[in-house]
Amino acid sequence: MRSRRAILVEGGSALALAATPSLAAPQGPDFPFPGGEGARPLTKDFPQKGIMVLQRSRPPMLETPFSDFDKGVFTPNDKFFVRWHWSDIPTEIDAKAYRLAVRGQVQNELSLALPDLLKFPRVEIAAVNQCSGNSRGFFEPRVAGGQWGNGAMGNARWAGVRLRDVLEKAGIKSNAVAVRFTGLDKAPVSDGPQFKKSLGIDHARQPEVLIAYAMNGKALPLLNGYPIRLVVPGWYSTYWVKMLSDIEVLDAPDDNFWMKTAYLIPDTPHADMKPGQAGVAMVPINRMLPRSFITNLAPGARLKAGARASLRGLALGGDSGVAKVEVSADGGRTWQVAKLGADEGPYSFRRWTADLAMGGAGQAVLAVRCTNTAGDVQPDQANWNGSGYMRNVIEQTPVTLV
Amino acid sequence: MKRFFLIGAAALLIPALSAAAPAFKSVQLEFPPDTASFPDGPNVKIVNQNCLACHSADMVLDQPLLPRATWAAEVAKMRTTYKAPLKDEDMPLIVDYLAATHAPPQ
Repeated sequence: MRSRRAILVEGGSALALAATPSLAAPQGPDFPFPGGEGARPLTKDFPQKGIMVLQRSRPPMLETPFSDFDKGVFTPNDKFFVRWHWSDIPTEIDAKAYRLAVRGQVQNELSLALPDLLKFPRVEIAAVNQCSGNSRGFFEPRVAGGQWGNGAMGNARWAGVRLRDVLEKAGIKSNAVAVRFTGLDKAPVSDGPQFKKSLGIDHARQPEVLIAYAMNGKALPLLNGYPIRLVVPGWYSTYWVKMLSDIEVLDAPDDNFWMKTAYLIPDTPHADMKPGQAGVAMVPINRMLPRSFITNLAPGARLKAGARASLRGLALGGDSGVAKVEVSADGGRTWQVAKLGADEGPYSFRRWTADLAMGGAGQAVLAVRCTNTAGDVQPDQANWNGSGYMRNVIEQTPVTLV
Repeated sequence: MKRFFLIGAAALLIPALSAAAPAFKSVQLEFPPDTASFPDGPNVKIVNQNCLACHSADMVLDQPLLPRATWAAEVAKMRTTYKAPLKDEDMPLIVDYLAATHAPPQ
């Protein structure tokens, strides 16, 4: 089912597209998921979006074609992945009427118009936004849910105001324990649980948590949360509430469905458990883990035997910076330290490059692993949990040396 | 060492005083129409009537091949958790469709 052509197009779609501009509908990827069902079309039908991998039409789930990650550490707005929970998403935003409510355990409830946000100090931060279930399709045994490849992630320079500045303006009462965020998306059924996420009050007061009104110097695309979204650097994107409309300071831990029942992970290193394992303590998903990818070679690439290959890719540290990236030409038996590119901050993608000596003719497996500044390193065994969250196994790229 | 930390802090959060204020404009956009229905199979009419109310067919068709029991749990979750108004009598018919069209070979 998985053709060689599909492999080449999936890994190097930019090249394929450039080489075949007359093709009206370039072939989408066929992800090498265990058990198959990995073929996806490309689409450019979504507003403010370029060519994306169509994972789901409604509510939209759009994946960044992997070849786009080779172009730089910042993901263009029109190529940034999209994921919504409910299909009732506003397609119209009235900028004058838009309000952000701040309420609950505060001294003064606020109703902020968009220009009101500009009165707070403006800050910028580079941060990776990654879906909790990025790479879920590679779980084995497979699990239900959005069957992403590796492209449900992106890195942007977010600009906006500190959440804590807005909270301080409202005046947080001393009994506050959490802050809950709601956007404008709604369930199409009246009693479906509205999407809401919370941060602990101490986290909400951290200076890196932003209400962002710009992304890579431009307004957010509607599908990425226009006009404003929460930015929670180092944490999975489930917390980065889009079309943010309501901030509620709570005096008790949030027990709404999306915190108490959904988005739970095993409380184990790398959120790992055995299929069917009983009695595993579960906690809300939280910090991201280190990951790294080769971006300039697709699986199945042919390289010169006995020569040095130029490798290039991206790494993220998770909730801390990238300390080290290493590459391997022998499937992870021996490692060579890669050169790191410009440091855009601890929450950003970081470019890495390496010239790596290839072995003799035949099949080989390239690998790349990241260690973050907290000392956490990618594992060589894939984690597993029933929701398909937090995959961060060392990526392997099979190549043919000729 | 102190200098290092100052540089780190600057990279983390840059006050962007020089940047122009964003222009908040009203937008009105359209999402592409979603007209696809489920491919033929037992009870496909019931499946189309129920499942497409909240999500497109590709949400289901892109899932891995799942055993009948897993499909039954997924359909139950749609009703109990996500409040899909599924009738009792339609639930096994939907599960039959999924088990017939999107389950691993026996």
